[in-house]
Amino acid sequence: MHALSRRISYFLQSTKGLALLAIAMISIVTAIWGTLSGPMVEWGVKDITVRLLGLDLDPSDREGRIVMLYHSIAMAIVAIEVYFITDIIPMKKHEQNTINATVTAGYLLSMIFGLVFAYFGHNYVFHGLFLVGQTLVFFTGVLLAAALWPWKKEYRLPLDSPYAHTKKGLDLERTAYFVMAVATLGSAMFGAVTGSYWGNGQETFLAEDLIREPIKTALQLAIIGHLHIMLTLIAVALTLIVGRWQDFKGKLHKAAMILMILGTIVITLGVWSVVPYEAQAHTIIYVGSVPVMFSALLFVIFSWDKLIRTGLTERNITKGNFIQKMQALLRDPLRFGVGWQMVFMNFTVSGVGLFMAAKLDEVIRVWSHREERITLTGHWHILSAIVATIILMYFADLAGLKGKARRWFGWILIIGSDIAFASVTVFSLKRLFITEAAQQPLVDMTMLLTDLGLGAVLVVLAAFMLWRLFDLFLKNGRWSQEYTEAGLGEDVELIEAQALPAQAMENKGGQVK
Amino acid sequence: MMKKTILILAMFMLILTACSSYETADAEVTVYDTGVNPDDWALIPAGEFFMGLNAHETMLDYDYEIMVTTVTNAQFTAYFNDALTDGAIEMDDSGVVVYYAGDEFHAHKHEERIDAGNWPVYPLDALGYRIEFDGNYFSTVAGYENHPVTSVTWFGANAYCEYYDFRLPTEAEWEKAARGVDQRAYAWGDEIETNYANYYASHDPSEAVYGRQGDTTPVGFYNGETHAGYETFNAVSPYGLYDMGGNVWQWTDSVYKGEHYRYLRGGSKGTYEYNLRVWTRNSVTPTHSSISVGFRCVRDQ
Repeated sequence: MHALSRRISYFLQSTKGLALLAIAMISIVTAIWGTLSGPMVEWGVKDITVRLLGLDLDPSDREGRIVMLYHSIAMAIVAIEVYFITDIIPMKKHEQNTINATVTAGYLLSMIFGLVFAYFGHNYVFHGLFLVGQTLVFFTGVLLAAALWPWKKEYRLPLDSPYAHTKKGLDLERTAYFVMAVATLGSAMFGAVTGSYWGNGQETFLAEDLIREPIKTALQLAIIGHLHIMLTLIAVALTLIVGRWQDFKGKLHKAAMILMILGTIVITLGVWSVVPYEAQAHTIIYVGSVPVMFSALLFVIFSWDKLIRTGLTERNITKGNFIQKMQALLRDPLRFGVGWQMVFMNFTVSGVGLFMAAKLDEVIRVWSHREERITLTGHWHILSAIVATIILMYFADLAGLKGKARRWFGWILIIGSDIAFASVTVFSLKRLFITEAAQQPLVDMTMLLTDLGLGAVLVVLAAFMLWRLFDLFLKNGRWSQEYTEAGLGEDVELIEAQALPAQAMENKGGQVK
Repeated sequence: MMKKTILILAMFMLILTACSSYETADAEVTVYDTGVNPDDWALIPAGEFFMGLNAHETMLDYDYEIMVTTVTNAQFTAYFNDALTDGAIEMDDSGVVVYYAGDEFHAHKHEERIDAGNWPVYPLDALGYRIEFDGNYFSTVAGYENHPVTSVTWFGANAYCEYYDFRLPTEAEWEKAARGVDQRAYAWGDEIETNYANYYASHDPSEAVYGRQGDTTPVGFYNGETHAGYETFNAVSPYGLYDMGGNVWQWTDSVYKGEHYRYLRGGSKGTYEYNLRVWTRNSVTPTHSSISVGFRCVRDQ
């Protein structure tokens, strides 16, 4: 019983345990729900899943089910980011505990009851619990924003700190997190209020089905804005998180944080203005996107430069040649991969998006709506999946993946996912290259490569999760070490646990009063 | 730089397209006689019905008739020959063209002008097209006589219907004809299995030849009978219509203010099954020509 309670404590109280639980939940949902679409339908796997689980897939509820599924997964992703933020950003222990507990209850309620409501008959009690969960996640955001408040004196940085700060010591990275949190709260309300007020839970639609409506209603505009900004802000948060993981600092850090703060504010305001000022909103969003993307670029430059420098130093090379530098850069696929996925995103997401915007009437809108729809859904599925791979890279590092296992995991994650993303991009833009009558071989090949790529990712993810699952059965496994590190062990004094935020602050060159 | 990029992309496409043993839309066709008469019409009585995903009660206060099947290649070939003789259609370098009186233009964002003039009907000599022209006379590719005509633009579909004093259905007329007065998801009911309709990876006989996108099936193919060993379920709509889901998208007549797009209904052999739901909409420019698009006409009572 004691062993079980220790493991439960690990899962519900330590950052790594909480993140592992959320990743496991998403993995299970992805594994099951992934069988309901695409090639899995063609292979008959969907029918097996439906029969085994007794799913109720009323065709008229498809759009509603998809909305619930997206929200279920998104809540868990938000929770994972929250765990990481409360772990790496200095805050009081009770704030960290309250925030983590609230978001855990919130995402679990949302995910479990949202999916049960959507896929197992419509019991509105479960829908209510889904909304309770979402409300808790929103409330977590309020708590997080309060905890992140950057103008508290104790969180000011010393003026000689290498981390971005103002002349008065205001921590600009903390400010970027704070801005992101507040923007997320407003953007969540942007979807929730409009959805509740106009939709009343009954009028379901998917944004990709309305793109060609010449005049969109306020509800439609708000929902389209909501889904775009939420995904954007998830990406912003993750960029900040991995920046801290790789100890982003110096001049590039300062420039990046200023750009990230400005960009986040401008993009968010642009999206919020989409209802009253649709035409102008697009311009504002484009303007805001530039500094955010530039900020991410600065992180990639810092990250790769650091990898090269430390790699050369490890081998006692003062000034390496090109090959030596590449060896240094590529020696750790997890740290390299985070920046690489951001760069790769420009080809499969941002580049495609810019092309579509530039050639909308000339090319894209000459195709049928269904073809355009494929490019849109491909576009944000790829972005979401890139976010997921970056989270996995970060977590694999946190989880202590080392040596060959780290390299295999990292490289398969990068290569597998990028093959899949590139294939989906080619598939979604196939009408640029090939006619409908001749497309089948191309479709087959891109689908095959997509499946192979995603399959490889899922295999290494499954291996990783199984490693962590078996570890739980060990008395002194990795989980036990992480349990103790989190200050949950019996032998850890309470005062030590309370000192954790102070330690985090000191690591960043700051002070806690 | 641009040329290099295009060259690399073209080589990549060549490699990808070379990796399949499927025919590319011009293989020999198996002939099936479904016993369904494409000259038949069904009466749709006036009254309310449920329209759209969210099932809004909608009134159509008039009776109308709609073709029981989509227009076939044989029917359209006959029209081409008659219309060419009458001067109702013309030939130019792009293929067959027809005069259209134009749409009102509202200068809305993304809206394009559809002015009065000649517009394309059917581009000849392209891959997967089923009607041929020898310089004087149109003919159907052998075996495809009772398949739905495809590759006809909206202008062509509209011209066909008007030539016989019919018209294209509005979206509401199409949906009511498909759904009847209940809230079913598909024309034949709420369930879908591969034997109900021709859609992507539905395992119809043509998929063995052409891959999962397949080819068109003859009109009325899914009538509950077994065709050369392939069992079909009876996918007839409440008013006795065939192919109101899958096989080919169907042009409708609805033109909305601020848009030049025309709307299509029904899903096709190249789409997943959820596109076969009666409320699913697709839209495209009226000049669009696709091997997955056909049409049927309505006539007023």
